[in-house]
Amino acid sequence: MAIFIRIDVDGALAADAGAARQLCEVCPVDIFSTPDGGALEIVDDNVDECTLCELCLQVGKPGQVSIVKLYDDDAVLQRT
Amino acid sequence: MRFYEYESKQLFAKRGIPLPKGSQVARTAHEAQRIASDIGGAVVLKSQVLSGGRMKAGGVLFADDEEEAESAARLILDLEINGQRPRGVLVESRQPVAQEYYLGITWDGIAKRPVMIFSDMGGIDIEEVAEKYPEHVAKRHFSNLLPFSDHKAKELIAAVGVQGSDLNRLTRIAAPLAHLFQEYGLTLAEINPIARLEDGSFVALDGHVDMEAEVRGEHRALLEELGIGEDETRQARPPTSFELAGKRINDVDHRGVAGNVTEFDGTLGLIIGAGGGSLTLFDAVRNHGGHPANYCEIGGNPSVSKVCELTKLILAKPGVEKIAVMMNVVSNTRVDLVARGVIKGVLESGEDPGERIAIFRIPGSWETDGFKILDKYGVEYCDRAVSMYEAAGRAVAKMQSA
Repeated sequence: MAIFIRIDVDGALAADAGAARQLCEVCPVDIFSTPDGGALEIVDDNVDECTLCELCLQVGKPGQVSIVKLYDDDAVLQRT
Repeated sequence: MRFYEYESKQLFAKRGIPLPKGSQVARTAHEAQRIASDIGGAVVLKSQVLSGGRMKAGGVLFADDEEEAESAARLILDLEINGQRPRGVLVESRQPVAQEYYLGITWDGIAKRPVMIFSDMGGIDIEEVAEKYPEHVAKRHFSNLLPFSDHKAKELIAAVGVQGSDLNRLTRIAAPLAHLFQEYGLTLAEINPIARLEDGSFVALDGHVDMEAEVRGEHRALLEELGIGEDETRQARPPTSFELAGKRINDVDHRGVAGNVTEFDGTLGLIIGAGGGSLTLFDAVRNHGGHPANYCEIGGNPSVSKVCELTKLILAKPGVEKIAVMMNVVSNTRVDLVARGVIKGVLESGEDPGERIAIFRIPGSWETDGFKILDKYGVEYCDRAVSMYEAAGRAVAKMQSA
């Protein structure tokens, strides 16, 4: 279970197959997956590997993906 | 990585360094007999183990003919020396020796250059000669980048008073040895003794070669030629289960390095690394009176899970009371990712990071985030204002006060 980072993805974006594929492509530590090409899933085992590169924040509209630093008073990283 | 004597001699032969007649390794007594027969006359048979003290242990025997050679080989092949079974028995011609010399090349870590050492008193421990008869030992550093000059070897050998044709013949051994050292990434190339035979010729009677483990990949062809398999580690002792587990952790995840995990019997687990930091920190812990439970080298920005698994491995080692996480200033490796890894490892071991981590001293890239993580879990940490030596001292002091 991730204890340092939480990734929040807007439901509409998660349901968008194109956006889901983009998230899988950009994340360097495989936090996102689309098993069998289906709905977007967060791979819990990989979430704490997040390098805070913020590439996932560029997918979709601003605010649809957030990175939450659980070790920093839940500070939120979002595209503005 | 240490070579057997027969492998060292095969390497010497590649550069034309003269060897005793025969100089072949036998795997059976019958084979030893055949080699002795081919040589004709007196032979010496030497156990092929990666250990010193062969003569004392009975691993070097002499034979006057092929029948005696077979009996001697049988004894040697059955003889375990310092826990090692022989790889084979080296059979060589035995000829009368007029004088013995020492020649060695090793890496001088302080000068950061190879150093060639020569003595006209060979066959015995060179450290002992240097201490008792310093006038019989000469040393010269040389470049590991520029081609080795024969003149350098000649100058070295002449420094202990060798002259004339002996000087020329010895130079023709010393220069090729330097070329081998440079060409194959060796850390030690030693011939002790070089013998001057009664007919005036010179031969390498015994050889010792160590290759830098990191260059094995570069010299795969040579190792294959010598019959050294990729799985042969040639370490001083077989790896422990703790060390094998450490290797697995490093091998299964390509991200970064958590390597060279080596087991010791102390109580302070170490997660250390960065630009020579591992050796420095290990020594610092010992200088402060600490007892390391392990050595390791982390770097290259290891993943959180790799650090986590390493932490769990070290904490699970019997006798480990605390761990110290210390590195030199990092740029590639990220402080926050290492902090996440060690804290996760401690938590997954069912322990309190604030209690079990004696000190966290990794300054550098992403340290602000790293320190926030450490703050949250109550771990004592320090930045670059605290030297590695001082951080090691703090860890040891915490162990002693516990």
